[in-house]
Amino acid sequence: MARIRYASDFDKSVLLNNFENRGWIQVSPEEDWNFYWAGVHNIRNVFSVESGFRLQDNQVINHFPNHVELTRKDLMVKNIKRYRKDLEKDGNPLAEKDETGRFVHLDFIPLTFMLPADYNLFVEEFRKNPNTTWIMKPCGKARGIGIFLVNKLSQLKKWSRDGKGSVFSPPTAKETYVISKYIDNPLLIGGKKFDLRLYVLVTSFRPLKCYIYHLGFCRFCTVKYNASLNELDNMFVHLTNVSIQKQGEDYNAIHGGKWTTQNLRLFLESTRSKEVSDKLFDEINWLIVHSLKAVASVISNDRHCFECYGYDIIIDDNLKPWLIEVNASPSLSATTSSDRIMKYRLISDVINIVIPPGELPDVRWTKIPDKENYGHFELLYDEELANNEQSNQEMKVKASSLNFPGKRDARKGGQATWK
Amino acid sequence: MELHESSFVSLLSNLRSSTLYNELFVAAQEEAQKSNVRLSDLKKCVQSGLVSAGWDKKLRNAVYHIIQSQYKLFKSSPLASPESEKEPIAYILKAQFVWEKKILKSLNSMCTELTVPLARSRSEKDKKDLAARWSELGVDGPAKICSSDLSQIRPVYAPKDFLEVLVGLQNPNSANTGNMGTYDLPWGLIQVSLKVKTLNELRVQYSEMAITHCQTGTDDLPDIPPELFENERSKLGKKVIAANHAPTAREYSKRGCPVSMRADLWCQILGVDLQNVDYLYYEQLKSYVLQHDLLVDSLLYKDVKLTATNDDQYFVFEDFLYQVLLPFSRDSVVLKHFAYNSATPPKSYIRGKLGIEEFAVTYPPNGVIPFHGFAMYVAPLCYLYNDVVRLYYVFRHMYVNYFFRLHSVSSHPQGIVALSLLFEKLLQAEEPELFYHLIQVGCQPLKIAFKWLMRAFSGFLASDQVLLLWDRILAFDSMEILSVLAVAIFSFRKTNLLKVQCMSTAEAVLADLFTLQIVPLLQLSLFSK
Repeated sequence: MARIRYASDFDKSVLLNNFENRGWIQVSPEEDWNFYWAGVHNIRNVFSVESGFRLQDNQVINHFPNHVELTRKDLMVKNIKRYRKDLEKDGNPLAEKDETGRFVHLDFIPLTFMLPADYNLFVEEFRKNPNTTWIMKPCGKARGIGIFLVNKLSQLKKWSRDGKGSVFSPPTAKETYVISKYIDNPLLIGGKKFDLRLYVLVTSFRPLKCYIYHLGFCRFCTVKYNASLNELDNMFVHLTNVSIQKQGEDYNAIHGGKWTTQNLRLFLESTRSKEVSDKLFDEINWLIVHSLKAVASVISNDRHCFECYGYDIIIDDNLKPWLIEVNASPSLSATTSSDRIMKYRLISDVINIVIPPGELPDVRWTKIPDKENYGHFELLYDEELANNEQSNQEMKVKASSLNFPGKRDARKGGQATWK
Repeated sequence: MELHESSFVSLLSNLRSSTLYNELFVAAQEEAQKSNVRLSDLKKCVQSGLVSAGWDKKLRNAVYHIIQSQYKLFKSSPLASPESEKEPIAYILKAQFVWEKKILKSLNSMCTELTVPLARSRSEKDKKDLAARWSELGVDGPAKICSSDLSQIRPVYAPKDFLEVLVGLQNPNSANTGNMGTYDLPWGLIQVSLKVKTLNELRVQYSEMAITHCQTGTDDLPDIPPELFENERSKLGKKVIAANHAPTAREYSKRGCPVSMRADLWCQILGVDLQNVDYLYYEQLKSYVLQHDLLVDSLLYKDVKLTATNDDQYFVFEDFLYQVLLPFSRDSVVLKHFAYNSATPPKSYIRGKLGIEEFAVTYPPNGVIPFHGFAMYVAPLCYLYNDVVRLYYVFRHMYVNYFFRLHSVSSHPQGIVALSLLFEKLLQAEEPELFYHLIQVGCQPLKIAFKWLMRAFSGFLASDQVLLLWDRILAFDSMEILSVLAVAIFSFRKTNLLKVQCMSTAEAVLADLFTLQIVPLLQLSLFSK
């Protein structure tokens, strides 16, 4: 068998060690590769019409051409809003609303507006609840850059004055912000705030095929959480990004503030109950699947592509998970030794699902890997398999689609029933 | 259970002095005043009234725990002296005494070096400041000590110092018969002859852990259909918790506690049933911490910083640990356990009154000087209790029932000497080739296993596994499982250990135990041969 030729835009050991341990041969991105781990900036070139480049059947690449539909903060929100509206129009039971107008099953992102576009809508909402705190994030940036908290309209006005031009001048993509309701009641453990970083692998959007990684982790703030207003400027309290926390004097380089989801589960199950903790993790899976479904129709579902996303989720003190954002290029730098081991395995498991072991990449493949190649991934949803099953068991599905939420509760022993 | 008459008398006196007695008394009075009670069957009515209100359960549990605590003593005869209840063997008692003096001396010299007193009262300003920072002591510590001083604060002793003491233990009567050469000298490090159990005896003791019995933590993993075991198990567990009867909870836990029931089951087994007065008492302990600045506080702070703070499983609980450890050091109820501990609480004297008995005070107030790793006795419990007060009492019970034995020199069958010896004898009997090989390359197995035993494996195993292990300590009311597990780990890594040629490689082979599943390992070691 021919050896796989790989290209990588990153010089990260967790990637290169994986490729080398498989005996793959390194080539440059301009050469004839089978497997390309590209940076997001290069994806546009690979797929742009001008490049005159056509991917062959034995080539796979780690991003979808327009992944920004999911991974840019404003586009994700826009797509999810549209998805809910479409379902509502169809009279789909998933789009059920409660008496306050909130979606019962699809309310998994904090209330969000684009700025400057939705400025008036935002002001209206702000006046309704003047005592809420909001978080401003630039759309195109990551790792906590440019983020600040707002609890007075005057702060926004000041921001727009300091920025380039007025609120009403046409925005460029770089100046677009999203402003979201700040989750000011996060679940605290040991008095500290944390968020979840989960890895989700998508091998196809139509039909949707996605996997969740078991070795996700919680990222803790080093400083005790304090919701009081005079701490609004202390970003160590609010932001869990490792790149921010690392600058704090209490940052611990041995564990890097990272705690495994297994530990989180052990804690929740011990101090609350198994039911509560199962429900939380079910809801997390649920929101991941629906965030992907929300963009499935707009993503250009190129057969050569797969993508490993970093999901950022915050859990509030009612144990409700909120999707904060999705990263297309989750950090592969290892901060601690266990982090290095985990990320090495992650990449290894990704490769085993994307390319069946011992074979060359082949985009004509069914993309249904053997269960034994899942590694630490778990199949979250495979639309194709689900549809097959559906046609097989049409009667059953008819009955249960009438009370879809009930189906979730019927989930047992790791078998998600939305499959 | 056989009870001496004297035990019965002391049981009654124990009950009379408990708060339960008063509560029962008041409840009985209330029953008697009910309008439907007739004088002719007063006794019957009151009794049945008490039973239906659940008082019988409380009484049963109280009796059970009092009897349990009496078994902690070395009771050779009802007339045994209090000294021999602590430790019947003179040379062991003496070794403990010498060890205590040494610890105290090094504590005192640390005071001199740092020119801080063992204790001083805090100013009003400091009190307020500490109270304000109470739930986030991880940042600046209890004494706001500057970092150069903190670096001079060092643990008074570490497991390897304590191991040296145990290795040096020798029966003065048997040591002199040594002209027969080395035949009767044990291969291991522990030179004391104590009776420890054989594998067969342990099999009987741990028969509920047999491979034929399904175990929580093994047979209920997510990839096993819950119909096979998990469903029944959790149904039964709910019933057990509802029954609120300590011996039943204990029996049930022998096969491991389901994660979501562990917190309650442990409380029942240990007899932790919090009342308002317990919350008040904790608040009082906290106020003692605020009033006085003790050197021990800095020792505890340093210990947490050296252990849990750097541990990727426990760092999130750092602030909880201070809220347990600092009040614990002020808790004089802990002193009661010295009735059955070979150790004696250290004494210190008010300035200028050195050696005058009336001016002696116990230091620290609970009589326990922490060692390197002490905080790890608390850390795994943080997974179970989100309420600091409940966490506190569970830890205190765990300490006075079990953990104190892991750092005092004693001949008690549950003591660290016997556990170390049990480890050596079992390993020698079950893995003679391995034992011989390790000794040949100059690496005594106990030198590696001792820190595991002394910390009850906390910080060495994955958090869920430590809890599964401690389930068995509580359920079987014995720490012998620690030695069994240590042997099981050596057996499990045998292939690699047989290849090592020096201590450091042996240590490397056994450095990472975080992937181990302890229940199958224990089963393998206990029942496979």
